[in-house]
Amino acid sequence: MSVDADTVRKIAHLARIKLPEERVEPMKSELNNILGWVEQLGEVDTSGVEPTTAVIANSLRWREDEITDGDVQEKVLANAPKPMHGFFAVPKVIE
Amino acid sequence: MTDYRIQGETGEWEVVIGLEVHAQVTTNAKLFSGAATAFGSEPNSQVSLVDAAMPGMLPVINGEAVRQAVRTGVALNCEIHKWSRFDRKNYFYADLPQGYQISQFAHPIVGEGEIIVDPVDADPATIGIERIHLEQDAGKSIHDQSPEFSLVDLNRSGVALMEIVSKPDMRSPAEAGAYVRKLRSILRYVGSCDGNMDQGSMRADVNVSVRRPGGELGTRTECKNVNSVRFVEAVIEYEAQRQVEVLEAGGEIKQETRQFDPAQMITRPLRSKEEAHDYRYFPDPDLLPLIFDDAYIEACRATLPELPDTKRTRYVEQLEISPYNAAVLTAEQETAAYFELLLNETALKQRKEARAVGKAAANWVISDLFGALNGLGKSITESPISPSQGAELLALVADGTLSGRLAKDVFAIMLETGDDPAKIVEERGMKQVSDTGAIEAEIAKVLEANADKVAQYRGGKDKLFGFFVGQTMKATKGQANPQVVNELLRKALGG
Amino acid sequence: MSDLTNLTLAAMRDGLREKSFSAKELTQAHIAAVEGARELNAFTVETPELALAAAETADRALADGAAKPLSGIPLGIKDLFCTEGVESTAGSNILRGFTPQYESTVSANLLADGAGMLGKLNMDEFAMGSSNETSAWGNVINPWRGAKGETLVPGGSSGGSSAAVAARIVAAATGTDTGGSIRQPAAFTGITGFKPTYGRCSRWGTVAFASSLDQAGPMARDVRDCAIMLRSMAGFDPKDSTSLDLPLPDFEAALTGDIKGRRIGIPKEYTIDGIPAEIEALWSKGADMLRDAGAEIVEISLPHTKYALPTYYIIAPAEASSNLARYDGVRYGLRETPDGGNLIDMYEATRSAGFGDEVKRRIMIGTYVLSAGYYDAYYLQAQKVRTLIKQDFDRAFEQCDVILTPTAPSAAFAAGSKSDDPIAMYLNDVFCVPASLAGLPAMSVPAGADKDGLPLGLHLIGNALEEEGLFNAGYALERAAGFSAQPEKWW
Ligand SMILES: [Mg+2]
Ligand SMILES: [Zn+2]
Repeated sequence: MSVDADTVRKIAHLARIKLPEERVEPMKSELNNILGWVEQLGEVDTSGVEPTTAVIANSLRWREDEITDGDVQEKVLANAPKPMHGFFAVPKVIE
Repeated sequence: MTDYRIQGETGEWEVVIGLEVHAQVTTNAKLFSGAATAFGSEPNSQVSLVDAAMPGMLPVINGEAVRQAVRTGVALNCEIHKWSRFDRKNYFYADLPQGYQISQFAHPIVGEGEIIVDPVDADPATIGIERIHLEQDAGKSIHDQSPEFSLVDLNRSGVALMEIVSKPDMRSPAEAGAYVRKLRSILRYVGSCDGNMDQGSMRADVNVSVRRPGGELGTRTECKNVNSVRFVEAVIEYEAQRQVEVLEAGGEIKQETRQFDPAQMITRPLRSKEEAHDYRYFPDPDLLPLIFDDAYIEACRATLPELPDTKRTRYVEQLEISPYNAAVLTAEQETAAYFELLLNETALKQRKEARAVGKAAANWVISDLFGALNGLGKSITESPISPSQGAELLALVADGTLSGRLAKDVFAIMLETGDDPAKIVEERGMKQVSDTGAIEAEIAKVLEANADKVAQYRGGKDKLFGFFVGQTMKATKGQANPQVVNELLRKALGG
Repeated sequence: MSDLTNLTLAAMRDGLREKSFSAKELTQAHIAAVEGARELNAFTVETPELALAAAETADRALADGAAKPLSGIPLGIKDLFCTEGVESTAGSNILRGFTPQYESTVSANLLADGAGMLGKLNMDEFAMGSSNETSAWGNVINPWRGAKGETLVPGGSSGGSSAAVAARIVAAATGTDTGGSIRQPAAFTGITGFKPTYGRCSRWGTVAFASSLDQAGPMARDVRDCAIMLRSMAGFDPKDSTSLDLPLPDFEAALTGDIKGRRIGIPKEYTIDGIPAEIEALWSKGADMLRDAGAEIVEISLPHTKYALPTYYIIAPAEASSNLARYDGVRYGLRETPDGGNLIDMYEATRSAGFGDEVKRRIMIGTYVLSAGYYDAYYLQAQKVRTLIKQDFDRAFEQCDVILTPTAPSAAFAAGSKSDDPIAMYLNDVFCVPASLAGLPAMSVPAGADKDGLPLGLHLIGNALEEEGLFNAGYALERAAGFSAQPEKWW
């Protein structure tokens, strides 16, 4: 499988990274170079093999249903590029 | 199955409906953080650094959300998955701080099940549940506060939701409405969601398509976040009609996300969600699989209350209540709870079995109490008459202290004053008179004053009997026991 | 280089307790060393005032006989760890100016044990790199130089950490290792680096690269110093769901140097084409040293070794593409909004301006391998191969206790020499990545030098949770190798 220029544009958009047009071709060959290399994994017979979920045996711990956090509006907004009346402001979204 | 049909220009169309209901799980803290979930608060105040997706923050699951999902699954007769997993659903949106929602895509905690719904004016239907999974809610964007900016509040970000996905088994707006009502009823019985649709703790994504009756499935549209039963029904009516019109005009239905406009009762495409989505689901590497055993499921099951269907059957079979009344009494947990308190007190006071007083208690709740509450605009939890006061009233009727008519008068005074019925009867002398001597004396006076009518009656004019009853009741200020009056009158006139 | 900064962490600790010098003196010596070594570009932020404040606290504790394990020890903290009130950028422009309101568990643990922070250490952007040439703060320079005086890379991504420890400007440093980012830079700079079992160190508050692989660990002068550091860094953390709820051994106590009867596995598949003869030679020498110390050398097989690197380069970018989605200009960090731009324009401009080329490339790869239609062929297949790699190790550890391999396929190379070829760069981690995929503890110990006198490391891999045996094997190797060379001070 190799990616074409349109796929590169589509992936960049999915990843929300602006890719100037002159970067599309170079990015395409960089990606194809890497993808061509990782595709050797296709030769491995993995039938009946479970994908890794937890690399070290461990089980999911459950929290108690207690309020232990929050009420830190100042900390939450401390690094905001555009805080506004306690909110994060972003360019207007039209739904 | 209903036979709901859209009559098009080219013939009949059938509508196919599936619902994805997002129900906020009743928990104190969020699904993956310790921030509070309470409704309504200062913006970004119920937000932890985890909810705001600060760099390096990690999720830790709230066990109560797991427990409530399992209890809900058991209540909906679903398969419970002892091994499930959280996946990331990746997309960018201003109120989705992580850039992904933690959800359960490939391995949900709850699998298939079903519920039985009773639409008004149609046969009961069994609606399949496809799955229930746990996921995080997003934050909220406010678009009307500033001309230039949308404002993001993350208070809801990370709140635990159960997404309850139905199979596309519904065929009419009424069926879908009944499904949402039934689901809400069960969730409230279980206590896993408060069901407050107006506060957003329950909302439905409505999937609608149309087809020729019994034909191939059509393309569906999804209307997001519909927040009342009435609106769910309206969306379906509107969408079905719209789709039929598009198809009959030779058009095609676009698989798209739409939103409901309650002001105009129409749906329209959601611009911001128009883009083709590729969510790139993959297992969340910050979490391990969610695993529990049969004992855990059984412990969850053991905490479930009697659910509405079981309760209804018991009312019909053991209390000899009519199926209709039983359905009304069990639809909401609060009603059933009131009724059962009333029933217990009534049986106790009258030293009878519940079965012997069930029908009278049911009738009183449904006709008298509901009628009064409707008039007052109050819910049963706000009833001015307590179950034990109701039971006392019923006991006064049963032991002959009050006639049916007197009981209604006492009931009205109870509503107004909140007083106990015995006190009202005592203070106002509203006791029914069953003393034969006193009634015979009054009858004698009535017959004497109406000698001509007595003669006519004895001459064969039977229907005058009612007249004598009326006169006697009037003479006793309505307090005479009507049965006793009847008997004594018959004896006196027959003589 | 003052005498004080040239001590090992253990010697500093003992000297402080014996009142040979004060924490303040020790810290001041390091602050001077940091200031004198700015040419190395090892730090993104210097925090001498924090280090001095900790030193004062330490001196009081030392005077009261209430010293903690690291009281008075001045450390460097990799910039991947969020530090409360101190700019934390993960080497990226997208986080420039970001001041966390919280302290990562690992750095908090170190501070709680009495350590002071000299500053934040430079690193490859978001820990993506093997040469420290992708940092928004510029390249880190290896204190070692080539035979002709060339500038060399310090390895990556913990290149600021490796350079600072090697240059004797910090007593020790934290590193993080996703696919070799502690071990390879340790090898390139002649220091010791230790990556514990996945889950030993909490990931809470550490900027995520690839969550299923990321592990913090110590980088220090020698094995003992790593053992001391790890003891403070590690431990159960309820805030990290993948943290291991297990008792923490006293790693230093495990350093007996006695490895008699221990079985050292030599994986035959680690003999790869193009590896310099002197690295092969060092590897066999290492085996000989361990045999001479009483260990038994056994040949083992890790048949899926050749697939480890491609597996890693699917899984790590996939997780990274999702982990880095939060850098969107909404809540912190850089925001770029083109004139009249909407929300999507803001995202795209912010992320385009904020991320460097290597990060963008990996996000693109990760996005692609997770996208509809490709998930099974790439990501799922990679996670299955990962299972096979893990099973290889499980079987190997039935035959041996510790595995010995080279750390990297070369000594430190010249800056710029591999920047144009991502795959050549990725090959740096060929020996380190398998243990990362299997979550196993592993370490690099300086064991010799190449023909130009540049340090070379040997790599030891232990079974899960068996850090003590691994540390002790490393200790035995260190003693046998006796590597003591230091870079000549030119800065
Ligand atoms: Mg949905
Ligand atoms: Zn959902």
